[in-house]
Parts: sequence; C-alpha cells; structure tokens
Amino acid sequence: MNKKQRRWRNRIVIALVIFFAALAVEQSGLLAALFGTPGDVYASFALFLVPYLVAGYKTLLEAARNIRRGDPFDEAFLMAVASLGAFAMVFFPDTDPHMAEGAAVMLFYQVGELFQSYAVGQSRKSIAAMMDIAPEYANVEKDGELVELDPAEVAPGTTIVVKPGERVPIDGVVTDGTSQLDTAALTGESVPRHVEPGAEVISGCVNMTGVLHVRTTKPYGESTVARILELVENASEKKARTENFITRFARVYTPVVTISAVLLAVVPPLAGLGAWSDWILRGLTFLVVSCPCALVISVPLSFFGGIGGASRLGILVKGSNYLELLAHVDTVVFDKTGTLTSGIFNVVAVHPEAGVDPDYVLSMAAHAESFSDHPIAVSVRAAYSGEIDREKIDEVREESGHGVSARVNEHLVLVGNDKLMAAHGASWHDCDLTGTILHVTVDGAYVGHIVIADVVKDDAKDAVDGLHAAGVRHCVMLTGDRADVAQAVGTRLGIDEVHAQLLPEDKVAEVERLLAGEKDGARLAFVGDGINDAPVLMRADVGIAMGAMGSDAAIEAADVVLMDDRPSKIAQAMRLARRTMRIVWQNIVFAIGVKVLILVLAAVGVANMWLAVFGDVGVAMIAILNAMRAMRVER
Amino acid sequence: MRKTFRLDEIDCANCARKLQDELAKIDGVDAVSVNFMTQKLTLTAADERFDEVLDRVVALAARVEPDCEIVR
Repeated sequence: MNKKQRRWRNRIVIALVIFFAALAVEQSGLLAALFGTPGDVYASFALFLVPYLVAGYKTLLEAARNIRRGDPFDEAFLMAVASLGAFAMVFFPDTDPHMAEGAAVMLFYQVGELFQSYAVGQSRKSIAAMMDIAPEYANVEKDGELVELDPAEVAPGTTIVVKPGERVPIDGVVTDGTSQLDTAALTGESVPRHVEPGAEVISGCVNMTGVLHVRTTKPYGESTVARILELVENASEKKARTENFITRFARVYTPVVTISAVLLAVVPPLAGLGAWSDWILRGLTFLVVSCPCALVISVPLSFFGGIGGASRLGILVKGSNYLELLAHVDTVVFDKTGTLTSGIFNVVAVHPEAGVDPDYVLSMAAHAESFSDHPIAVSVRAAYSGEIDREKIDEVREESGHGVSARVNEHLVLVGNDKLMAAHGASWHDCDLTGTILHVTVDGAYVGHIVIADVVKDDAKDAVDGLHAAGVRHCVMLTGDRADVAQAVGTRLGIDEVHAQLLPEDKVAEVERLLAGEKDGARLAFVGDGINDAPVLMRADVGIAMGAMGSDAAIEAADVVLMDDRPSKIAQAMRLARRTMRIVWQNIVFAIGVKVLILVLAAVGVANMWLAVFGDVGVAMIAILNAMRAMRVER
Repeated sequence: MRKTFRLDEIDCANCARKLQDELAKIDGVDAVSVNFMTQKLTLTAADERFDEVLDRVVALAARVEPDCEIVR
C-alpha cells in the first residue's frame, strides 16, 4: 500500500469503529431514554452522520466538484445521492429510519474503492516486475577504469563489459570471455545459453557466470530490450472490440439507470401506487448499482494481465485487439522454412551399401567437399566428426549444380546428385527419404548416399497437434520448397493442407484465398520467421513472427512476436488468448447479470440497499479478482 | 511531437476515460490518450505549440481530476 492508501485505510477503520459504536448505542435504547420519541430518531441521525462523514467526506467533495463542472454522472455523485438519500428518509416519519444503511453504503463503498485501488496497484506492480528487463547502466572502459554510463549514451562499436549478475544492456558481439546467459526474461526459456567470443548477445539477457566483453552493434534505442519495452508499453493503446464495447456501454449505462431511478422514485407515487418514501428508497437503491466500475476496471485489467502473462512466456502481443483476434483463430498458415523447420540443412541419414562403414561414406564426402562453402558441403562437414586432412586431397573439381570430384588419399571420389552419377557412368540407387540426396562413389564403386534435409523442429509436431487440440480447424503450410519435400513434412506433422513451390507473391495470393474462404467471425493467423514475409504477416488477421530475437523487421511487421523459435508457443499463445477472453466474458456476464437482477429486485421492492451495495463493490471486487487470474500463466 | 508522461494517482478507469475525453477537447491537442493500466498520458501536438498545449492539459487535468498529477 502506498501512503495515500494507508491513510485511506486508517480513515475507514476509524469510521468502522465509530459506526459499530453508534450501532451499539442505538440498539441499547439509550437514545430513546435520553431524547424520547421522536427525538431519538434525530439523535441517531446525528450519531450515524459521524462515521459517514469520516469515511465519505472526500467522495462528497468530489461529487460537489462534478456538479459544478456540469458532469454529474459519476460514481462519487451517485454514491453521495444514494447515501444522503437514505439519511433523508428520516424526514418521512412514517418509515423505518435508514440512517445505519446510509452510513453503511458509504462505508462499504469506501472499502470497495480502497480494495480496487490496491488490487490495480498490485497488478500494475507485478506486470512492471515482469517487464523489468530495462538495463540501468552499461560498463564502459575509460582510461583503464570501468565507468557506468547510461546505455543510451553508448555509441555502436564501443566495447562494454558485462559482469556476472548484470543484464546485457545493448545488443552486440562477444569479443572476450565465455559465459552462460539467462534468456528467461525475453523468451520464457529456462535453459541458459552458452556464449563465447564471436557469439551475438541480445540485450535484456542476464549474464550468469563469466565476465563478458561485448562490442556493441546497435545504439540502445534500436537494441532488442528497448524495442520490446516500447512494444509492450504501447500494447494497451490498441484496444480490443470488447473493451470499446464496455466503454460505450459505460457511457450509456449510468445515465439510463440514473434516469430510471428518478422515474421510479417519482412516477408510481404520483400515480397513487404507494407511499413516497417506499418508492424513493427503491430509486436510491437503483443509484447504488448504477456505477459500471466492475466492468470498466476488470475488462482492461484482464486484457492487460493476459498481455503481461504472455510476455512472461516470451510471447509479445502488440495490443489487446490482437489477443482478442488470436482467440478466434481457426486457420493457422505456416511458412515452412524457419518456422516448422529450422531452416538449416543437416545430414539426416547416411545409407551405406552393404558392408560399407557409414563413417567411411561421410569421411570421403567430407574430404571431397572440404574446399566448398556451399551449404550442403558445410552440412556434410558438420556431420563428420573426424579430422579433415587437407594434405590428402587434390584435383578438386566442382561440377556446378551436380557435385564435386576429388582425389582423396589417392582414391577418386565423386560426391553429387544422380546427374553427376549418370555423367560419370556410375551406378546408383534412389532413396525413399525426401531431401537432397548425395551419392558417393570411390574409384567408380558406389559406396552409398547421404540424405540432407532441412530439419523439422523438435516441437513442430506438438505445435500442430496443440493447435488442433486448441480448436484450430485448419493448419496450412506454404513453402517455396519442392512438392515432395513439402508433402513429406506436411504428412509427418499432420498439416491439413500443403502448398509447395510458391514464390513470395504466391504466398500472399494463397493467404488472400484462404481469408476469402473464412467463415464469419473466424480468423486467420500467419506464422513466419519475419524474413521476406512481411507482406503476408500484414495481410493476415494476426501476423505471428517467430525467432524474433534481434530481428527488427519481424518485430515491426508482426502483431504477435514469439521471442524464440519454438512453434509450440503458438498453441500456448492461443490457449492464453482464449482464457483471457473467457475471463473477460465471465466478468461482463457476471457484472451485468448481477446488476440487472438487483435492479429488477429493487424495482419490485425486494432488494434492499445492503444488497445493492454488494451489487456495486462486491461485484467489482469479484470481477477484479477474476481478472487477475489472466496474469497467471503456466511456464 | 508525441510525448508520454507519467500520471500519478489515477485510481479509476472511468475517471481515466473521462479525463481523456475532456483533454481531447483542448484546442491544439491532436491526440491524447490516458492509459489507466500503465498510468501514462500520451500527448500529440504540434511541435511549436507543444509546451503551451501541455500547460493547458496540466491545468485542465488538475481541475477534472485533482487527485492525479501529471509528472512532467
């Protein structure tokens, strides 16, 4: 609690003590003994006025101020009228006095307001803590001494020192030192990342073990951490449709209920349907539930909590509107490379001929390819665990588009596709795996083949299954890759629809076609790695970019940014979005439902003011507690 | 120019909405947003008039919501 809230609490406690003392005095019959009848009524009026004013004088002042400003439809005003009205019932001698109720309305209203203020403050704090990734300083070496500078003052190309326990303040490249980095604040991933000289480091990570010297590659303002903070801070500016609906509803609700209250208090008694006091009391009860606070606070709080919870998982949502759209996604379109697959070519299998050691096949291929920097050659060398002795290699000839021939250890080695084999009259046989097949012959004899493919990510299958389980009807994969490769990946992952051999502009057209086929209210999400797919990201209802650590283009173009490159985060994001929307609607239905019920009961004279107070502050409290659930996420 | 200010003691979402509606009416304010959750006020106004407009925003805010304070 802050200072203001503590003072507020103390005031309420004092008022409560006085209130119960007053109640005890009234019940004891002391007043009647001292002042007689009807003097006791006026005495208890004065008695209850004390706790009432102690608790509510600020509200009364605020109400007066609103009236002066000509904008009376305000919570404070309505509460003031309702509670003062209850006191005023003393002037109708034939009714039960309602002084205790008047004071109680104000007291409970204050308790509820204080609780709201506290709860909102708490959730603000916990979200701020979640987003507490801003580095405070950067260590820069100057004349042999380390100086702490504001990260914003450090120019790109400066060498900064990051000590264990400190946060990397600016994006850069490690020049000296090895360490483990904790990326949890950025990605939600708890396994630390190992870094050594040459590795890129992203600002916002925490250095865990060793001292690192980092050459900065960007100014602070363009570093990952600054961009993320900017993005999250602006997230609440883009409002969801539900939020706008609530705002509009609030504008109408209060005046309508207030006018109804006046009509209810005046019309029936004029028509001769009962006593004035009875109907005025019903009108006052109306006023107590006329504040839309429960909705106005809990709905944005739920969205805010949902966005905050998502960011803890490394999922950045750029606005509550996107969270809302995400909850209605029923088609997810994936770009294959870099999204479902790692985008890095790898040896996935080595198939030697009978009697040949697979390592021998790899070794020969790695040696023959040792002078090439073609991605395929790189992946073959990466898969070979032994040493490459370049002394043993000569007569290397690249045969463009086909492969390579070389003399390794005095043996003629051919490594390449079936065209190379055919050109040299070698025999070979096909493979039932899909991918790029490298055949290998040694001195004209076929020793086997190596299969190279873009590797499907570990959690790609989980990602697609998770989306189906979360209610996504349709998973589509788009790729520029060959049809057989695409189909194989699609079938393995359980993708519903595969479109291959697409140019970037074809992808936009394909997404347009899918968008046109969407049912009303259903949304389409596109998932890409942010490279070359900005137009599609923008065209889709929800553009999701992944592996965005350090990629500015992706952060710009997408609506939802996944900090790491795990596709299973998409299903997680959707579950979270749906849960947030469920909480939002629970609050809307609950708050409006209870209020309408109390209004009806009050109109027919069943609900008393105590119930109405619950309808105001009680409902608001429950709605806020419910909204705070949106923040809690499973890691 | 667009600038963001911290808003202290903005306690109710309805008040934030009202404050925003009122501030938007000020002459010279191109756009203004009061964010209840993040306690931020974002003001957009012409560069050459910014300080003058900000003064008016602060003055009006003090009248509409005396409890809350714009930290400049």
